[in-house]
Amino acid sequence: MRRTGLILMAVVVGLAAAAPLLSPHDPGRTYDNYLHAPPTRLHLRDADGRWDRPFFHPLRLADRLESRYEEDSSRKVHLTWFSRGVLVAEEDERVGLWLPLGADSFGRDLLARILYGARVSLGVALLAVLGSLLIGMAVGGAAGYFGGALDEVLMRLAEFVVVLPTVYLVLTLRAVLPLVLAPAQIFALMVGIFMLVGWPYVARGVRGIVAVERHRDYAEAARAAGAGRARILFRHLLPATLGHLGIQATLLLPAFILAEATLSFVGVGFSDPTPTWGTMLHDAANVSTLAQFPWMLAPAVGIFTVVLAVNLVVQGSGRVPVSTAGR
Amino acid sequence: MPLFRLLARRAVFGLILVFVVSSGAVLLTRVAPGSVVADLVASGASQETIARERARLGLDRPLLEQYVTWLSHAVRLDFGESLMFGRPVGELVRQRAANTALLAVAALAFATLVGIPLGVVSGSRRRGVVPAIIRAASLVCLSLPPLITSLVFVFIAARTGWFPIGGMTSIEAASPGWFSWLRDVAWHLPIPAFALALPLAAVLERLQSQATGETLGEPYMLATIARGVPRSRLVWRDGFKASIRPVASIYGLFVGGLLSGSFVVEIVTSWPGLGRLMFDALRARDLYLVAGCATVGSIFLAAGGLLSDVALAFADPRMRGEDRS
Repeated sequence: MRRTGLILMAVVVGLAAAAPLLSPHDPGRTYDNYLHAPPTRLHLRDADGRWDRPFFHPLRLADRLESRYEEDSSRKVHLTWFSRGVLVAEEDERVGLWLPLGADSFGRDLLARILYGARVSLGVALLAVLGSLLIGMAVGGAAGYFGGALDEVLMRLAEFVVVLPTVYLVLTLRAVLPLVLAPAQIFALMVGIFMLVGWPYVARGVRGIVAVERHRDYAEAARAAGAGRARILFRHLLPATLGHLGIQATLLLPAFILAEATLSFVGVGFSDPTPTWGTMLHDAANVSTLAQFPWMLAPAVGIFTVVLAVNLVVQGSGRVPVSTAGR
Repeated sequence: MPLFRLLARRAVFGLILVFVVSSGAVLLTRVAPGSVVADLVASGASQETIARERARLGLDRPLLEQYVTWLSHAVRLDFGESLMFGRPVGELVRQRAANTALLAVAALAFATLVGIPLGVVSGSRRRGVVPAIIRAASLVCLSLPPLITSLVFVFIAARTGWFPIGGMTSIEAASPGWFSWLRDVAWHLPIPAFALALPLAAVLERLQSQATGETLGEPYMLATIARGVPRSRLVWRDGFKASIRPVASIYGLFVGGLLSGSFVVEIVTSWPGLGRLMFDALRARDLYLVAGCATVGSIFLAAGGLLSDVALAFADPRMRGEDRS
């Protein structure tokens, strides 16, 4: 089960990394005749029942107001491999577009947007996890090693942050900052906010481990051998926390992905031209959109896959995955 | 008496929590760029009008002074007036908080009623088709955050028309009488409540399953079997009693999760709850309303922690400081 989760995770990261190779179209390109176009159906047999290589019938706009489309079965568009630097795409874009997951309200390729969106969503989350681990190690290490008043103050602070509901904390921090920013600024801001929220979860465990380990014989031996405080802490004590760090990383990652999605979904995260899983869900949130064009929910599958992968890993190592519930 | 001491410590922590959270909300919103009079400025009102409005709202005074004034009123349960709605914050927040509480309690009740029995079933049997199905379903639901479940449920409601797609009451159902109102709310409740409950039910199932499995493996359980106690009684009475403790301890953590989860659900299903109100207030820089929402939210948190400790004390005699063995 653990291995399945890790493989699933690797697949998602791999897909995000290979986005330019896998996206049939540019994620920002709008196709005016394909607003809310449904996922393209591929065929292997034509109308006469003859086998053929994968092809589809181009869509014809039946009703622009209702975004209704009909397949033009008189024409065929074949898929080609490794053309235009893309793994697979349609032969001629002017005849018909191949939209494996359909198009959004601007007529943009949803598959391309999900793949590129994964880069932003995963990128924010991974950087924030890394930052949380670093801050958590520093704070937890200092609290556990030095103890006393420093320990007391830092750990009370950490406890406090952990008690608060994550979504509200993130939302408040984000909402009191300027709302309209460039995408790069939003990226940095989100990573920063998530780090602020994430470190206490790491620090509490690190502190506990360091506080115990520093009285162990090997730590005493290092001290007797004349190692300085920093050396003992970094070379001898913090390596003992690696297992804990791994656990925390797996728990924080889905939480941060969800936090990004939630913020962008309610409109205080990334905003439209930037593809992320959150902005894409924001686009789908309208009830009439949702009812008519359910393929707009595709990014939810991305979020689900990542969370499922993490839960498989956690479950596989014999623990109960509770961290992402209710977030 | 250890239980009393524990509860007293919890209560003090709760008070500090409420104080810090509400103060933090006031200070953060105040230093945030933009202000509630921005609309007035944009509408081209005269300098004099803007200044008068700012003075009325207390925005012209220094931060510290404004904060102290707010605090001195807040301890007397006077949370000021919403700048956005022009109504007392206390009144607004009370109503919305009740709506959120209704949603959260319904979700928690559903999650408990479904999750715990399924957990006992899947935990008491290692092999078999039913436990395997429960485990798989639980893992899937666990990976569906409320953001996704609520969107999917709204989609289903919109497609089938079985349930209303949003809100808490219908406009057309204006027939008087609290009974018809109750029926209307009960019809609107399932979608948001299920969306919120699904991942929680999965968590409870997993925890109960693990706890049941561990309890049934204890030597004293083997001894009970040897005495000839029927297996169903062993699982549902003795095992259940012993395994409820680790599950009860998670309820305290659920309050935070419920608040976080209900925020998204409220936005997606247009449920008029506290989360929506706070979000709107934050965006409008409605200082006192943000503070009021934060105060009530932190009271929920503190109360949840306290309740969970009390429940735990009932489930575990050791917490009561008694020694029954």
